Amino acid sequence: MSVTLNINGTRREFDGDPDTPLLWVIREDVGLTGTKYGCGIAQCGACTVHVDGQTLRSCSAPVSAVANRQVTTIEGLTSRAAKAVQKAWVDLDVVQCGYCQSGQIMSATALLEKKSKPSDTDIDHAMAGNICRCATYQRIRAAIHAASAQLAG
Amino acid sequence: MHPLMNRFHADERRRLAEFLGVRDSFAPVLSRRVFLQSAGATGLVIGFGWLAPTGADAALPGAEGAATGPLAPNAFVRVGTDNLVTVICKHHEMGQGNTTGLATLVADELDADWSLVRTEYAPSDAALYKNLAFGLQGTGGSSAIANSFLQYRSAGATARAMLVAAAAEEWHVPVGEIRTSKSTLMHASGRRATYGEMAVAASRQTPPDNPPLKTAAQFTFIGKDRSTPRVDSPSKCNGTAVYTIDVKLPGLLTAVIAWPPSFGAKFVSFDATDAKKVQGVTDVVEVPEGVAVVAMGTWAALQGRRALKVQWDESASKDLDSEALLARYRAQAVQPGTPFTKPTTTSAAALKTIEAVYEFPFLAHATMEPMNCVAWLHDGMLETWSGHQFPTFDHMFAAKAAGLPMDKVKLHTLVSGGSFGRRANVWSDFTVAAVNVAKAIGGRAPVRLQFSREDDTGAGLYRPMYVHAVKAGVDAQGRIAVWQHTIVGQSIMAGGPMAEMMIKDGIDPTSVEGVLKTAYDLPMLAGTLHSPALAVRPLWWRSVGSTHTAYVMETMIDELAAAAGRDPVAFRLSLLGKSPRAAAVLKLAADKAGWGKPRRAGVAQGIAVHESFDTFVAQVAEVSMRNGKVKVERVVCAVDCGVPVNPNVIRAQMEGCIGFALGALYYSEVEIKDGRATQRNFDTYRSLRIHEMPKVDVHIMPSTEKPSGVGEPGVPPLAPAVANAVARLGGPRVRRLPFTRAGLVET
Repeated sequence: MSVTLNINGTRREFDGDPDTPLLWVIREDVGLTGTKYGCGIAQCGACTVHVDGQTLRSCSAPVSAVANRQVTTIEGLTSRAAKAVQKAWVDLDVVQCGYCQSGQIMSATALLEKKSKPSDTDIDHAMAGNICRCATYQRIRAAIHAASAQLAG
Repeated sequence: MHPLMNRFHADERRRLAEFLGVRDSFAPVLSRRVFLQSAGATGLVIGFGWLAPTGADAALPGAEGAATGPLAPNAFVRVGTDNLVTVICKHHEMGQGNTTGLATLVADELDADWSLVRTEYAPSDAALYKNLAFGLQGTGGSSAIANSFLQYRSAGATARAMLVAAAAEEWHVPVGEIRTSKSTLMHASGRRATYGEMAVAASRQTPPDNPPLKTAAQFTFIGKDRSTPRVDSPSKCNGTAVYTIDVKLPGLLTAVIAWPPSFGAKFVSFDATDAKKVQGVTDVVEVPEGVAVVAMGTWAALQGRRALKVQWDESASKDLDSEALLARYRAQAVQPGTPFTKPTTTSAAALKTIEAVYEFPFLAHATMEPMNCVAWLHDGMLETWSGHQFPTFDHMFAAKAAGLPMDKVKLHTLVSGGSFGRRANVWSDFTVAAVNVAKAIGGRAPVRLQFSREDDTGAGLYRPMYVHAVKAGVDAQGRIAVWQHTIVGQSIMAGGPMAEMMIKDGIDPTSVEGVLKTAYDLPMLAGTLHSPALAVRPLWWRSVGSTHTAYVMETMIDELAAAAGRDPVAFRLSLLGKSPRAAAVLKLAADKAGWGKPRRAGVAQGIAVHESFDTFVAQVAEVSMRNGKVKVERVVCAVDCGVPVNPNVIRAQMEGCIGFALGALYYSEVEIKDGRATQRNFDTYRSLRIHEMPKVDVHIMPSTEKPSGVGEPGVPPLAPAVANAVARLGGPRVRRLPFTRAGLVET
């Protein structure tokens, strides 16, 4: 039985094991490698994608669960909020090793799409599931505020 | 666990379950059939280290991408007819920003337009690309910019001189009349040419031997804040950066290894019947490391490993227990070991003496990208793709494992998702294991060996456990009169290829650095060392010996200041007469933090200063306590790393070092029970999260000293600065890390 997926606006069929985590389907079957494997247990957020606009840890979600839903990965970001986030990230040189940053950007984008002027507490809540071992947190916070200001401007 | 974490975790799972309409259980165990529908769409672009920039990316300042160019005066720079300058980086980029730093050095002397500068990573070639501090090609010890400072500037100056000489010849004007700026050659007559236009003519010039270098006043990028944004920002913000886990090759297979369950367990036998039933599994093969399950895709490999049965002999390995080991170390610490200092004064009678025993846990590096390497045996050669931090070692070990001469082995070095020391190991563990798997499948296809998070955390190669026993005291005048210091812990170097070079008179300098090379004037310091061997392999961890020695030195100094009735800053300054740079950063941090000024109730500052890798860092931690739980609210950091090349990268490294060190101080510990690592994933081996990150202010000391590194030196002062603040708040003098052990943070 195949699963019908919609990834970044493109429909495709997956006819492997429906319990395969979405992460591996995105990375190895679809070939979009911006979404990263970090822990496999929804603890680090490196695998964060959007499903119908909500963040999802793709490492812990079976692919069958997103059948016929809109999956967006870092490669498919197009919203105004997403572009503001990516620009702020580059402007402030947030990244270090960069491995977690796709997930950080997905979480930050989802936050700003829901709440364009988040408080620091909002940021804590939205971003606490994304670990950055380089600890770029101070710049992540600053970049979210900068993106928010850009959206307001 | 922090309350916020609890909420996050429960919320996340519940929300997921509701949202997806599934039961709250996401541990799929079934197999799947993998079809590599994307295999054909890849090509070999990765072979060049980076994807060629697309039109959009090429327009981004400093975006990566290889340019070809007729002007290639040396191994470090090329100038193309397309006007692009390519800097070939001999160092490994694991987040510390050295790619940007090396490009900055070349671009400044070349007078390049930063938006036209590209970077690529050097092949493994120790003759051309050795680290001038090691003699081998490799990145570590915060040495990338320090050892390259003159070499890369000289490379840029050489290319510029050749461009100028070519223009002078073509325009029939003296060399001295030609000006350069933003990749353009200019003459007062109005003649102009871009570097691209002059590249072919310049390539026919003879490279000068010693091109003159700029004076500091002439720098256009070096030390100019934000003049050279990170070259790797764009690709790391849009998902196109290629890490080892992202390598695509035709027919690429994925392997995971069933590693020994306990440190030192011996392989006996395996039964692959069930593993081979998992769809997508292609091979189950014995390798020196264990048993490899090879499959079409990571998930199939993991499912195959789950189904695999392996018998191990754990008779000699299952008794290792970190708590018992700690007790043994404590007993050893009260016996003198091998001396590592030569005290020039004898201990005098002390009025007040403090005796303390400090205990430090095993630490995993826990890079965001778990260890991995792609290996491909084909046509009588081996190619590997990985975050090869020590290419020379990886190259040699890979050739040995493959049974090939080194010239038949080609390494492709990619950016890595963090290292913190893990990828710089002198055993090349993940590279060798990948080659062994490639061999075991007869070179049938390229294969990526992937560690799961659990494999990665449980693999050993830890920052060793250490115990320090210190007896120190002050005399009636408040001067330090006695300091006896014994350290117990594994030698990182022992048994490895660098042992002979590094270990002198029984002392591994990485075990004692920070005590041995203290900036303080302590002529009475009598240090001894015990270096027990263990089945758990040791490794350096960001800032190496200073991860533990700075904590001991800087908390003990603070206790002695209190014993002497002196202010902690004034007391330190009185001991720093021989280290004006340490004294200066200490004063700068104290000034900027408002040291000594009254703070609101329940808030205190603690301070620490430490030199590592020739860089001096002082930090003031502003800490509050509520209900016995610690919160670090703000850290003021002063750093002297000589000439600051990229101020924004320096600040980023200090911020990152502080967050990295704080997470370790609060939470990080690998315990060993029954010979196995207890903590295996981020739920139990915890890191700092965003809500725990203090506000960090970084102040860079202006300097004309030669540059030194910043990747590590921000780590050592953080933990003692926080611990000193906790003591000033009336909390305990914490002598066993992490803080969870003292109940000072939520668990």
